[in-house]
Amino acid sequence: MTDIAADPLEPSGTTLGPGSAEAVAAAARATPAQWRLLLRKPTFGVGAAIILFWVVCAIFGHQIAPYNPLAQQLLSANVGPSGAHWFGTDPLGRDVLSRVIVGARDILIITPLATILGTVLGTALGLAMGYVGGAFDLVAGRIVEAVLALPSFIIAFLFLVAVGPSTGSLIVVIGFVFTPLIARTVRAAVLTERHLDYLSAARLLGESPARVMFREILPNVLPAILVEFTVRLGYAVFTVATLSFLGFGVQPPTPDWGADIAADYIGLVSGYWWQTLFPALAIASLVIAVNLITDSIEQVLAA
Amino acid sequence: MVTFLLKRLGLMILTLWILSVIVFLAGQVLPGDPGRAILGPFAAQNAVHALDDQLGVNRPLLTRYLSWVGGVVHGNLGISYTFRSPVEPFVRAALINSLKLAVLAFVIVVPLGIIGGVVAALYTGRWVDRVISVTGLSLSTVPEFVSGIVLIVVFGVALKLLPVTASAGAGASDLSQFRHLLLPAIPLVFVLFGYIARMARAGTIEALNSDYTRTAILKGLPRATVIRRHVLRNSLLPTITVIATQTGYLIGGLVVVEDLFNYQGIGSLIYKAAQDKDFPMLEAGILVIGVVYVLATLVADLLLIALNPRLRAGSASD
Repeated sequence: MTDIAADPLEPSGTTLGPGSAEAVAAAARATPAQWRLLLRKPTFGVGAAIILFWVVCAIFGHQIAPYNPLAQQLLSANVGPSGAHWFGTDPLGRDVLSRVIVGARDILIITPLATILGTVLGTALGLAMGYVGGAFDLVAGRIVEAVLALPSFIIAFLFLVAVGPSTGSLIVVIGFVFTPLIARTVRAAVLTERHLDYLSAARLLGESPARVMFREILPNVLPAILVEFTVRLGYAVFTVATLSFLGFGVQPPTPDWGADIAADYIGLVSGYWWQTLFPALAIASLVIAVNLITDSIEQVLAA
Repeated sequence: MVTFLLKRLGLMILTLWILSVIVFLAGQVLPGDPGRAILGPFAAQNAVHALDDQLGVNRPLLTRYLSWVGGVVHGNLGISYTFRSPVEPFVRAALINSLKLAVLAFVIVVPLGIIGGVVAALYTGRWVDRVISVTGLSLSTVPEFVSGIVLIVVFGVALKLLPVTASAGAGASDLSQFRHLLLPAIPLVFVLFGYIARMARAGTIEALNSDYTRTAILKGLPRATVIRRHVLRNSLLPTITVIATQTGYLIGGLVVVEDLFNYQGIGSLIYKAAQDKDFPMLEAGILVIGVVYVLATLVADLLLIALNPRLRAGSASD
């Protein structure tokens, strides 16, 4: 029975990610040849192309968009897709295509920053737990495990209500929610490294614990962290879109996919499907693109 | 087994304590002055002070935390700012409604996900496997508010097959309640299907590649018997744990789905409380969700012990 009870922090059936445990384990064995193989995978190419497209929209949105996404034309409100407005107009007569293009900006800023924050904090905590071990690992490990037993979306929701919605609070709250998840993965990766010869050598050379952790162990667990990062990125897109739909993200009139859907979906009853469909497709394309990349990394590493 | 159970119970208590600290900090310390929140921005300063004294929010943090936890343990979850009455009845009614919706979603998705995963594993690498895996992955990546809106448009507005509000109204028959809950349950099913199918697939593939399966095939058992007696019994255990952990996602989805379909559940309760800044209601809702989630995890652990002979046998050597 010890295999389950001995180390509850070990990624097991209770990991939240879809198959992230196997992928992270496989990532530790990644070779340069495998990474080259990844670049030739069509699923990776499609995912990367979609993300690149949205990054360009996020940076140059105002230059690309055919209209000003905030300009209201009340006389041409709720007009269906046409030559002048490819994606139609919303109830205030704003161009939906322009709002979809410019609306890429906030989700593409919040999602990576929140994931990076969670990855940096989680990596630091995981390295310390795995390397220092002992009482620190016991206490921190149990706290991490206890926090992971809480429904994370609801905790993020509560803190966003308490501190008030803004881009900054979204990044910080999602980053903190991801921290224990990533810490658990990094700790598991460090534990497999801890007894290898190069670490004993580094210790015998008199390197400080911080140097051993960040200069010796970190480079070796980096592939595992990268896979965990892409898995979390997918969740972040999902979470940010949902929170902005609920009104905790970008505030109107700034264009945002989730917020625009929340504002306009009532128009579906009157048949104004284009106001909801196009931002929804934008969200779906971004989530699927991130997952295509995660999936192709997993496939290459498993091969 | 006893050590395993004790560890799980200890962890559960730690989780509940952390939950209480999080809810107390986020609900009572971060938002600031409750007297001002209740009386509004135009109330006189001395009235706000008087109410704060009456509510006891000027006391030291530790005293406030202890008296709040003491109240919660005795079932006193606080007084709603919006309704000026105890929040407990609201939370209780909402929880029952949400459980109905969640149970329906699980009853649909668990068999579907397991069958999908096992079939994919039996045809690994072939087109059936690709279709199930890609469909599952795509469905689980589309947020509930997107799939929910699509379902409303297609089945509710265009085809007029199913009602688009989840509440059947008071005194409605079971069948009518079921019809109203069917459409809201589908976005939850979409998100969960991929995860459950994926775990069932991985578990089945592992069991198929194991030595005991090879032995069973080599000693000439029919394929159907091998799959039923040797593969499935071993492959479905990890899936149970996943199903329990997915309740966390389900709860996140409930906030969106209950709001979209105008259903009086725990998700829409905390969402409305958040919009009204009704912190006692919000705290109570989140506490209840956290406790239900922690209990679901414990039930999964107990199920795992009950179904896994290796864990049960371990009790002899403990």
